[in-house]
Amino acid sequence: MQRIGVFVCWCGTNIAGTVDVVKVAQTLANEPGVVFSADYQYMCSQAGQDMIKEAVKKHKLTGLVICSCSPRMHEATFRKTAAAAGLNPYMVEIANIREQCSWVHKEMPIGTEKAIILGKAAVAKVNLNAPLTPGESPVTKRALVIGGGIAGIQTALDIADAGFPVDIVEKLPTIGGKMAQLDKTFPTLDCAACILTPKMVDAGQHEKIRIFSYSEVTDIGGFVGNFHVTIKKKARYVREDLCTGCGLCTEKCPQKKVPNEFNLGMDTRRAIYIPFAQAVPKIAAIDEDYCTMLKTGKCGVCAKVCTAGAIDYKQQDEYITVDYGAIVAATGYNPISMDKFDEFAYSQSKDVITSLEFERLTNAAGPTAGKLLRPSDGKHPHTIVFVQCVGSRCSGADKGKEYCSKICCMYTAKHAMLTRDKYPDTDVYVFYIDVRTPGKNFDEFYRRAVEEYGVHYIKGMVGKVTPDGDKLVVQASDLLAGKQMKIDADLVVLAAAIEPDKSARPLATLLTASMDTNDFFTEAHPKLRPVESPTAGVFLSGTCQGPKDIPETVSQAGAAASKVIGLLAKDKLMGNPCVAHSDEMMCNGCSSCEKVCPYGAITYADKEYRMPDRTTKVRRVAVVNEAVCQGCGCCTVACPSGAMDLKGFASAQIMAEVDAICK
Amino acid sequence: MQTVTKEMLIAKAAELLDNGSVTRVFGWQKGEFDYDVTPALFHSAAEMEKDFVWNDFCGANFSKYLIKDKGEGKVLVFLKPCDTYSFNQLLTEHRFDREKVYAVGIPCDGMADIRLIKEEAGEGVTGVDTEGDELVVHTLYDGDIRLNRGDFLAERCKVCKSKKHVAYDELMGDDGEIADSARFDEVAKLEAMSADERFAFWQNELSRCIRCNACRDVCPACSCEKCVFGNPKSGVENKAASDSFEEKMFHIIRAFHVAGRCTDCGECSRVCPQHIPLHLLNRKFIKDIDTFYGEYQAGAEVGSRAPLVDYTEGDIEPSKAVERGGANA
Repeated sequence: MQRIGVFVCWCGTNIAGTVDVVKVAQTLANEPGVVFSADYQYMCSQAGQDMIKEAVKKHKLTGLVICSCSPRMHEATFRKTAAAAGLNPYMVEIANIREQCSWVHKEMPIGTEKAIILGKAAVAKVNLNAPLTPGESPVTKRALVIGGGIAGIQTALDIADAGFPVDIVEKLPTIGGKMAQLDKTFPTLDCAACILTPKMVDAGQHEKIRIFSYSEVTDIGGFVGNFHVTIKKKARYVREDLCTGCGLCTEKCPQKKVPNEFNLGMDTRRAIYIPFAQAVPKIAAIDEDYCTMLKTGKCGVCAKVCTAGAIDYKQQDEYITVDYGAIVAATGYNPISMDKFDEFAYSQSKDVITSLEFERLTNAAGPTAGKLLRPSDGKHPHTIVFVQCVGSRCSGADKGKEYCSKICCMYTAKHAMLTRDKYPDTDVYVFYIDVRTPGKNFDEFYRRAVEEYGVHYIKGMVGKVTPDGDKLVVQASDLLAGKQMKIDADLVVLAAAIEPDKSARPLATLLTASMDTNDFFTEAHPKLRPVESPTAGVFLSGTCQGPKDIPETVSQAGAAASKVIGLLAKDKLMGNPCVAHSDEMMCNGCSSCEKVCPYGAITYADKEYRMPDRTTKVRRVAVVNEAVCQGCGCCTVACPSGAMDLKGFASAQIMAEVDAICK
Repeated sequence: MQTVTKEMLIAKAAELLDNGSVTRVFGWQKGEFDYDVTPALFHSAAEMEKDFVWNDFCGANFSKYLIKDKGEGKVLVFLKPCDTYSFNQLLTEHRFDREKVYAVGIPCDGMADIRLIKEEAGEGVTGVDTEGDELVVHTLYDGDIRLNRGDFLAERCKVCKSKKHVAYDELMGDDGEIADSARFDEVAKLEAMSADERFAFWQNELSRCIRCNACRDVCPACSCEKCVFGNPKSGVENKAASDSFEEKMFHIIRAFHVAGRCTDCGECSRVCPQHIPLHLLNRKFIKDIDTFYGEYQAGAEVGSRAPLVDYTEGDIEPSKAVERGGANA
């Protein structure tokens, strides 16, 4: 029989305001196994913890029930207290009477009754608790960063600078991501390439960084500290060890009509290409969808002109497996498709473009060499309409997204300002729902666009854009003036919402990391652990976690790196002792548990057993690898006979809790 | 009318016993009456000549017996098409050693239901013979009564899901086809009921349960080393129902335990002495699994991953299950 101590925390008035803590302590004192019960203002304070330690000694307690806040807040604290008092830390149970009780109830009698019930459940569980000891596992001192945009680059650089090897896996032939496509950056208006490319070069040349470009992660096994990752290096038909990046092949290739994705299809490239001049690694790749040689076997021009002999038409996809201690998701974003927004005539007119396309149109390395010209006729536009929130903040989200994409207000102010600066003869209108510019020097930047550059900011949404000759008729409402507007525009720029890259969802599945309904990765805690995934050893960098601008992305990338460094600096990790184990005498060997185990922690062994009828039988039984098991409990549910159980959360313990609640 | 005769089966067994391929035979043994057929283990052709039967009452599915079978050499087992699904399912679950079994597939023309016959023919049925499409029921009081065989087949045979064997070492006679079965019609009727009506239906059926455990003991999916209902640690061991709700829990828990593994062999309902249509619970699960995860037949192939122990990105979200299943899901 346990000797249980119950400690009821007031949490100031957080709990005591709606729960009669004295009554809770008195009532729980009568529960089976309870030999001591007390309440105190702040159980987590030093004085509160000392009180627990003294009670353990004085009353020879074997188990503790702390009625306090969520175990996510202070379970670790009280486990340490228990350990300091000489108890096994897993003899502590938390009854959450704050988040799940005092905070959700307003009436004292109801809150008190519920707190007592929750306390009884915890007491019932502790009665069945047994001491648990965590195992240890080693840490592979290498990190993987998935995605080579500014987030991935910054995370990799920071980890590598701390002395740990890092691999970047980037699906495109070069790192750089979206930032490489941008023209200027707000609010300082320095050129994106000028500040990004040095970092790309740093990453490319860093002795601790390996870049797997044109590669994808196809499988992830293992667990924190010990991930096994399979990386598919897609065939680029160019040998990375030989290509010098001279670019001759990309000039001679006769297939000239390949849409250039770097310029968002606004111009063309060759079938063999280097995405842009500052690409890292600067190695050509052949687009197998367009290469005549690969499709028909007739051409081979690039191989003829390549002085390095780097072209290899027979190259195959290559799969490599690498072990990592930590994985960082930095998969980034894309603008959403404009298919569902045809009221803006995106599909009908070449002169209706997205903001990212506008970036390329104003970029010196873009299709127009930086001159702002209409895609349809190459003429200079004199009236430009910017439409904000296209697909952002859509209620109902039958099309578009419910969230704010966060970056559009600022980049549109930047576009408008730069346009007015370079082409003062241009009229620029911005239609907005709200202008949201919190951030250092952000609001000043927006006001400059309005006040110094004379951009027409109009509160109201554009209802329809109709191509009419070489004009775009923009029908909109001006909500402040309370009137309808009609503008004959030359160019319409849509601030398309951003969404997580499509590769994020399958990656989350591989990582067993959780996502929200918008496919953004979920943080371990939205405020206190914003760069960690709830899955141990998986970290989040950049817009894969939520919309962010560049300064925020870089901050988060550095934060993720520091978490990775903290992990890799450890030689050993303490495991979670709450793992599955199988009662072998009851195991059928049916493989149900193995099939549902997301971590591959269950294998089978043929073992000899002495059976009740005094015969010896070889039986197939499940064996749990405790270092791999994460204690999710899927196996215990799948097991038809109940042979599989979870230490610390045994079915009998859960049933005892339910019984205590239902009594 | 069964196309393979009892004599042919005995001859096949004798041949395999003689040449040493097998050392023992799982077969149906005659009881007091023709229709009292018991599963049995035979060790010789002579034993079989004496007691082996193959008639319209050989419903017993031998797949589960292979788990407990021990002995040297191989065992011969006769499998009807529906039995082969259980056979495969147990192989998927690694429950017996395939190498120790010689499976002979035999065609089945459906099994008669003695309850239906007795309801029609009244008391004093001493025997039943099959003549073509007719059953000749011998009775003490009314002489011979001739019945249309098709009307007196077991429910599971009237809606037979497959005449095709999915596993065997040797096949006697011709193999059939997977049938376009109407087996979910009864489930659909239950689904169409209001929640109250359905509750009343099951209350009525399950209140007859005497917890004899026959359904569990015969079920090929209920093959755990130790059943939760026989495990003192589970807290529900061999417990008599204390109120009318508890017997429902036994059957509902059992249906959950076999969900995704039940091949719909129908043995549970055949052996129930209280005539509870237990198979309908399992069929409801099968129908739901088909609806939510795509059609899946447990035991159709060895090693298949049942939807409930598999994950695909297309898996239904819990919140959608109610919508897709309709208002009565």
